[in-house]
Amino acid sequence: MKIAVVRFPGSNCDHDLLHALKFRLKMDAEMVWWGKKNLDDYDAAFLAGGFSFGDYLRAGAIARFAPVMEGVAKLADSGKPVLGICNGFQILAEARLLPGALMHNKSMKFLCQDVFLKVEAANNVFTGKLHKGEVLSMPIAHMEGRYVADEATIKQLEAQDRVLLRYSQKDGSLSDDSNPNGSMGAIAGILSEKRNVAGLMPHPERVCEALLGGGEDGVKFFTSFIEGTKR
Amino acid sequence: MKPGILDPQGDAVRGALRALDTAKVANVRIGKIIEIDLEENDKNAAMTSVKGMCEKLLANPVTEDYHIDITGK
Repeated sequence: MKIAVVRFPGSNCDHDLLHALKFRLKMDAEMVWWGKKNLDDYDAAFLAGGFSFGDYLRAGAIARFAPVMEGVAKLADSGKPVLGICNGFQILAEARLLPGALMHNKSMKFLCQDVFLKVEAANNVFTGKLHKGEVLSMPIAHMEGRYVADEATIKQLEAQDRVLLRYSQKDGSLSDDSNPNGSMGAIAGILSEKRNVAGLMPHPERVCEALLGGGEDGVKFFTSFIEGTKR
Repeated sequence: MKPGILDPQGDAVRGALRALDTAKVANVRIGKIIEIDLEENDKNAAMTSVKGMCEKLLANPVTEDYHIDITGK
């Protein structure tokens, strides 16, 4: 399993992600720049957070036309795992590899805080080794993280069990207080129809070293992925 | 922005406009204007071209509607 950590001009979580995968979790992962069209040598692509192309026009709107997105789409089409974190999620949504859009937070403020996340779907390659209803703690850091989609799409996501994570209280219960950005259905992460493409706004790569504080729930998240890819 | 999509920026501006006591402001929606200079003299061709740009890049069909005005020199 060789993972491409995709870096765009303006990505800023790429090194954290590579560190988490390569040094903390001992995965075979390497940085791949946005100009690389062909990702046939990789078994998965992880799109890191940041402000690709300055977030100009809309977050992710320009990055989706980067040559590397051809390779990402090809991996996604062939059923290989593709994960977008924060800006990576925004890019996957703009690229239509995931439905819906990420809009300005309800508060119109940049949010940088720890949140609790309830695992909603545990039947996919990413969270398959976690338990449905399990609560994780991870930080968010975004301006445009409010998940929005039309009613039919939200219904479909719920019916097909494609809500990956939801913002919750520590005990897993849901309330307006625990939905930091006003996302529809408190959605923090979703899956594609084939369940091999996932996007989430929170940052698992930022909670992979106990030394840095904030716990190690990111390790749980990525370990689940590693286990999930083993046959 | 499509109807029904929460526009927190518009809501904040509505609040400020209501504070100006002359304004009977029911609702405010904020969008953006993009000005494009085209090297194209044919209006229909220009319309087709800009429409393509809107669909592909300039507007996000999930959240935004768009309207095109073509003005000559």
